[in-house]
Amino acid sequence: MPEKTFIEAIHDAMDEEMARDPSVVLLGEDVGLRGGVFRASTGLIEKYGERRVIDTPLAESSIAGVAIGMALNGLRPIAEMQFADFSFPAFNQIQSEAARFHYRSNGGWSVPLVVRMPYGGGPGVHGALYHSQSVEAFYAHIPGLKVVLPGTPYDAKGMLKAAIRDDDPVIFLEHKRAYRSVRGEVPDGDYTVPLGPAEVRREGRHVTIFAYGYMLHESLRAAEELAKSGVECTVVDVRSLKPLDVKTIAEAARLTGRVLVVHEDNRSFGAGAEIAAIVAEEALMYLDAPVRRLTGPDVPGIGFNHVFEVEFTPDAAKIARAARELAEF
Amino acid sequence: MADWKEAGLTAEDLVGMYRAMLLARRLDERQWVLNRMGRAPFVISCQGHEAAQVGCAWALTPGKDFVLPYYRDLGVVLTVGMTPREVMLDFLARAEGPSSGGRQMPGHYSHPRLRIVSQSSTVAVQALHAAGIAYAARMRGEDSVCYVSFGEGAAQQGDVHEAFNWAGIYRLPVIFVCENNKYAISVSHTKQMAVENVADRAAGYGFPGVVVDGSDPVAVYRAMKEAVERARKGEGATLIEAKVERLVPHSSDDDDRTYRSREEVEEAKKRDPLLTFAERLKKEGLLDDARREELEAEVKRAVDDATEYAEKAADPRPQDLYTRLYATAPAVGGEAAPGA
Ligand SMILES: Cc1ncc(C[n+]2csc(CCOP(=O)(O)OP(=O)(O)O)c2C)c(N)n1
Ligand SMILES: [Mg+2]
Repeated sequence: MPEKTFIEAIHDAMDEEMARDPSVVLLGEDVGLRGGVFRASTGLIEKYGERRVIDTPLAESSIAGVAIGMALNGLRPIAEMQFADFSFPAFNQIQSEAARFHYRSNGGWSVPLVVRMPYGGGPGVHGALYHSQSVEAFYAHIPGLKVVLPGTPYDAKGMLKAAIRDDDPVIFLEHKRAYRSVRGEVPDGDYTVPLGPAEVRREGRHVTIFAYGYMLHESLRAAEELAKSGVECTVVDVRSLKPLDVKTIAEAARLTGRVLVVHEDNRSFGAGAEIAAIVAEEALMYLDAPVRRLTGPDVPGIGFNHVFEVEFTPDAAKIARAARELAEF
Repeated sequence: MADWKEAGLTAEDLVGMYRAMLLARRLDERQWVLNRMGRAPFVISCQGHEAAQVGCAWALTPGKDFVLPYYRDLGVVLTVGMTPREVMLDFLARAEGPSSGGRQMPGHYSHPRLRIVSQSSTVAVQALHAAGIAYAARMRGEDSVCYVSFGEGAAQQGDVHEAFNWAGIYRLPVIFVCENNKYAISVSHTKQMAVENVADRAAGYGFPGVVVDGSDPVAVYRAMKEAVERARKGEGATLIEAKVERLVPHSSDDDDRTYRSREEVEEAKKRDPLLTFAERLKKEGLLDDARREELEAEVKRAVDDATEYAEKAADPRPQDLYTRLYATAPAVGGEAAPGA
């Protein structure tokens, strides 16, 4: 199987879906001639024309709102928010409109829409307060949306294809650090990965770590390191927050009785709180230690200076420390 | 008043338009009665806007053209084919209501077969949906057009401007209709904008904006017909601003006495489009008193029937709260997580 970067996987998924289905269109700022500021859509405008690859006005609410209209009338739009941080002008269209159309019309209308957003930051990203945020908790709170955060190139391609074919609005979050630093095997040609099931990436009997997106890789590195000193971790890739795979989460928590949830998003009311609540509801009697969260702090984004980037962001060393403490509890 | 023959209307059209306006008015009045009797929680009215609404909808091809109404557009949805029974089912939030099966407030119309697109309570958002729908229609080479409406208060929202901009750039087949009744709940249009007409803004987006007398269904029809023809030919969008009067408070929950003088309301009622249009039809020999009474009786029967039918219809069941959240069943878990 060929090795690809995360962003190549994203590109291939869009390219193949646009070739397969003429109703798939891509719209966003700079997605056409520039191929996207991260170059996820390189070459697509040349291949599919400017009717299907649309350089939009600089107005995010319109990117989401027009895409909703397209979806209502037979297209399958992929709307790109240049940065997740700038999805908030479109928040109203996503939360009040896209997420509710099917429910509020009692099934009469549906919105097959994918909103792709590069998110996150960390050492070396230099995204500062407005190009580094994690936004998943906002969107995962909304009934009617599906919210996914693939960690591997294989999943990036398979889940993006599944998202494009899904008849509901899907928020598709791509971690910026993963784009070029994460490589992995990606089959040529067609396959999909369902939106929902979590995936156990590593099995170990001492501590269960739940993570997603780029934090999956930091967690796997931490597990590797801990294994050298005899601490064996289970690492669960919670690649979909909505729907959330309660069954796999509960089983993985019961397996070790020691749970660490890792995310880069701000701590309070984040995905970690939801996962901890599920563990409390479904696995309390199996726990040997309090559930622990390792997350970004409750400050508005990752400061520009490298010192701030390092201080803010969970990494393999911090994860290993937290997991070891749990193992020794 | 505008010349109806020149506008391409027949005598039959005119009586039909009057009947549609009358039906909208009488259904609306019945809704207030049911509300005041404690049998319906909420009314939002079309009263005073009927001529603008029927004039616009008369120029559309039902089931082909998309309709994105706003909450006052009872006259529009009836004209493109919603039945009085359907309207009353929605009004009483019955399970069988086509718009939402009891999920949404009254006035939030949706009817997929008639291409009436589901509405939000959030004002103005539908303007962008209209642009997207029109873009998709054009991409597929269809010649359907898209009607989308909003009040002059909602016209101040950014989404309306963003939609105008898309419609201008891509010459989209959208007809934006602003029903300007000079109030957004209590706030005067003079506190909404520094210019006299919303329609003046169209120039800034590269398509025509026209102001019409919204109490004259013929004038509105003529403007709309022209806009529809331009849109079908690929010549792009139009913004039509219909100057109308709101004859009642904003909604059944509003009391307009703190912000609107009784004299002003009485003046507005003298220009009630239902009265002025009936007078005109009479003067032109198209509608005598006998025919008008017949229409009244016919409309009353339809309103009675719709009320009776909807009042007997079943409420949704508690378990219906949880359904139809997703079109593609989620791969894990149930469709909607229960609260307990
Ligand atoms: C975004 C948003 N803000 C506030 C409201 C509450 N609201 C409902 S209708 C309305 C006034 C609308 O006035 P206008 O657009 O002129 O329409 P009209 O009711 O006069 O026909 C307001 C403030 C809302 N529905 N949506
Ligand atoms: Mg108004």
